[in-house]
Order: sequence, then structure tokens, then C-alpha cells
Amino acid sequence: MRVRDLFAAGMLFAIYSLVSAGLFTVLDAGDVALTEAAVGAGLSTILVLAVLTLARRYEHPVGSHNWLALSVVLVTGALLVYATLDLPEFGAADNPAQVHVGPFYIENSYRDMGVPNMVAAVLASYRSIDTMGEAFVIFAAALAVFALLSVRPRRDMPGVRRRHPPRSAASKGEEDEA
Amino acid sequence: MTLLSFFNYWVVIILMMVGFYCVIARGNMVKKIMGLNLFQTSVFILFVSAGKIVGGSTPILRDGVEVYSNPLPHVIVLTAIVVGVAITAVGLALAVRIQEAYGTIEDDHLRDDFDEEDD
Repeated sequence: MRVRDLFAAGMLFAIYSLVSAGLFTVLDAGDVALTEAAVGAGLSTILVLAVLTLARRYEHPVGSHNWLALSVVLVTGALLVYATLDLPEFGAADNPAQVHVGPFYIENSYRDMGVPNMVAAVLASYRSIDTMGEAFVIFAAALAVFALLSVRPRRDMPGVRRRHPPRSAASKGEEDEA
Repeated sequence: MTLLSFFNYWVVIILMMVGFYCVIARGNMVKKIMGLNLFQTSVFILFVSAGKIVGGSTPILRDGVEVYSNPLPHVIVLTAIVVGVAITAVGLALAVRIQEAYGTIEDDHLRDDFDEEDD
């Protein structure tokens, strides 16, 4: 994440999403992989590119490392690594996550729902109310985006100033197109 | 039980640290949102790897398969991915609004502007 060019950073993020989608496939999560490839690699990248057409493409160069932030992050990471030693081993069939409610769904979802895909059965049937709440969240997010972007900025609004004169912004747009 | 059996957790922690650093140390708001996404993805990998059983199969019922991986983490991660993209959209819309109003999406520039106002 040392890339100054936000376009390149967005593309790298798309590649990262695609790689993680492959990782999800390896971890037996086909549905998650499909969603990650469509949403993470596709939709998020489109959103970032849309923002970059409106904002400046190049990040303002920062000085050195932020040592305070780095130390906070390293301490957090070290504590988490220490905590992993108590966690269950990867991939064992008798892990706590595997023996509690998981087998119930594996055994009963086809009888209850008649859908061979357990992920779809749980998402759309057992947890349909929760999925409807998720749809409300997306609707609220769409409303928020619309409310934020539909306001025309008024030049005389107090506290609203342009750092760069509008003419330079226009000429920068032409450079990007060229 | 070897040390390598915790490798998935360490990958998750490294990804989480990169995302966390990106969120708190970078001034550019688009970079901050990318860091937040990285952080989210690390949590997704943690959940999905917790549901994996070695030798298991994708949780779609079919003949000849005895062991399925746990489907419940997959479901919650699906929900989380979609909510995550909603968060990304709102965050980027806020960044666009700040760009329209102040002409910059850098924290440092905004702070300079406010300091000038105080003087």
C-alpha cells in the first residue's frame, strides 16, 4: 500500500480480491468465492474508479512512516498471534465450530427446504428475516449515497472553499482522458 | 498438532495488520476505505477457514460425498460481503462530497485548512 497512484492501488485491490476468491474456493466456500469475485473484484473496483474520476488520481506524498500507528498495529498483531495458540487446529473435524449446530443443518436442510445447496437454504430459508434486514441495510446505504451525491455544492456555503480553482480541475480532467 | 496448523490465523493477522495500518496511518480517504476492505477480507478468511474440514467438500448435497465443510460461516460471510460493499459505497460517497466541498480528500490538507481558519 505504498502505491501513490490510486488507480494502480484500485487495480491491485481487484487482483487481491480475485486471489482471495480463489482462496475461498480452496476452502470449500464456492458461494462466498462467487460473491467475492463479483462484489469485491467487480463492484468495489468500479466504485473506486468512479470516485477517482471525480477526485485526484494521485495521493499526496506522505513523509516517513507513522511510527505511532505502526507500533499500535504491531502490538495488536503480537497480542493476536499470542491468542492464536489457544485456538483450535485448522481443518480438524472435531473442532468446536464443527460439532455444535453445523451438523444439524447439514443433515436437515434438504429435508426441510428441498434445496441441495446448504448455503442457499440457510441464507434464504432459515435466516430469511436476517437476509431481509440485509436488504434494508443496502437500501439505507443506497439512500445515503443518493442523499450525499444529490446535493449541489453551493459556493457561498460557509466553510466551503475550493482548494484548487475549478479551471485547473477541468484541465486535469482533460489530461486524464488523453 | 504442529505449528503449521495455526498458519491460517497468522495469514489473517498479517492481512488485518496491513489493513489496520492503512486505516489509521494513511491520510487519503480512498486509501483508508481500501484498508477497511482489507481488514474485512481478513475477517472473512478467518470465518471461512474456521469452517473448513480437511478432506471435506463444498456444502452442496450430492451422492458419494460424506464430509461437508460447515456451511454456517459461509452464510454469515456472504451477508458480511454485501454489507461491506454497502459500507464502501457510503464511504466513497462521503469522500466525493468532501472533495466537492473542500477540493481535497487528504486529511492533512483539511487539517491545514481548519488551522488557517483558527488563526
